[in-house]
Amino acid sequence: MNAKTNESPLKKVCIICAKGNLEDVYASLVMANGAVMEGMEAKLFFTFFGLDAITKKGNRMNKLHTATVGNPALRLPNGWRVPTWVGSIPGMEAMTSSMMKKGMDKLDIPPVDEFLEMITAGGGEIYACKLAMDMFKLKKEDLSEHVEGVLTVGQFYELAGGENTQIIFT
Amino acid sequence: METKNIAGNSVSFTEDGYMSDMNEWNEDIAKELAKEENIELGDLHWKLLNFLREKHAAGVSLTIRSVGKSSIVDIKGFYGLFPGGPLKLATKIAGLPKPASCV
Repeated sequence: MNAKTNESPLKKVCIICAKGNLEDVYASLVMANGAVMEGMEAKLFFTFFGLDAITKKGNRMNKLHTATVGNPALRLPNGWRVPTWVGSIPGMEAMTSSMMKKGMDKLDIPPVDEFLEMITAGGGEIYACKLAMDMFKLKKEDLSEHVEGVLTVGQFYELAGGENTQIIFT
Repeated sequence: METKNIAGNSVSFTEDGYMSDMNEWNEDIAKELAKEENIELGDLHWKLLNFLREKHAAGVSLTIRSVGKSSIVDIKGFYGLFPGGPLKLATKIAGLPKPASCV
């Protein structure tokens, strides 16, 4: 029981990540890891382009990028906005992504593979979506060893039972 | 702020239940705080508590990842020693403020 609000605490979060850009994947990873750190159950379900975050084939999971085109909130370190035409210059996306990764490392935010390891070490579980795997022609062996299994949507909902469980779509 | 008598010491706590002054901490207090969390402190627990106190005193922000790199335990071991929220529980027992980090 939360002493301040009289609410019963959250027990489980099921987080769905459907996008493969750096910021959406990290939002999912930070939330899942945060739940585990608080002693809650966490199930993390990757689907569609989000599968890149758990794909070891071609080391895709450690090569995520942030979009420099069509990202109106993207700024240079000095605060200037990056217009789409600048974002489309070759190398901009790689440079921006590498700068973001360096910034995250300073805050002790690990690379994706290490993050998955941290989450599973704390008892969190990582799953891949069967339909998206079929669509992208991926096999279980192509995925990180931290992936617990490949699920249908029905199986995912089965995991999401119990009181004080939330489903979060990032 | 609340003051409690723990193992013969007068100890002040914040609203969150964390000690407000890490210098009031001693090993007897740690044992009592651990008992409240149903944890019996072994060698590794003590090593970790001292590691966290040293890092905090040096002004380093405490994270689970840094504990995993401490070469005292790996992250899985840390969860095993302080079940149900290792960083929260370990800092509490170590007499440190509630960790403000999200990782």
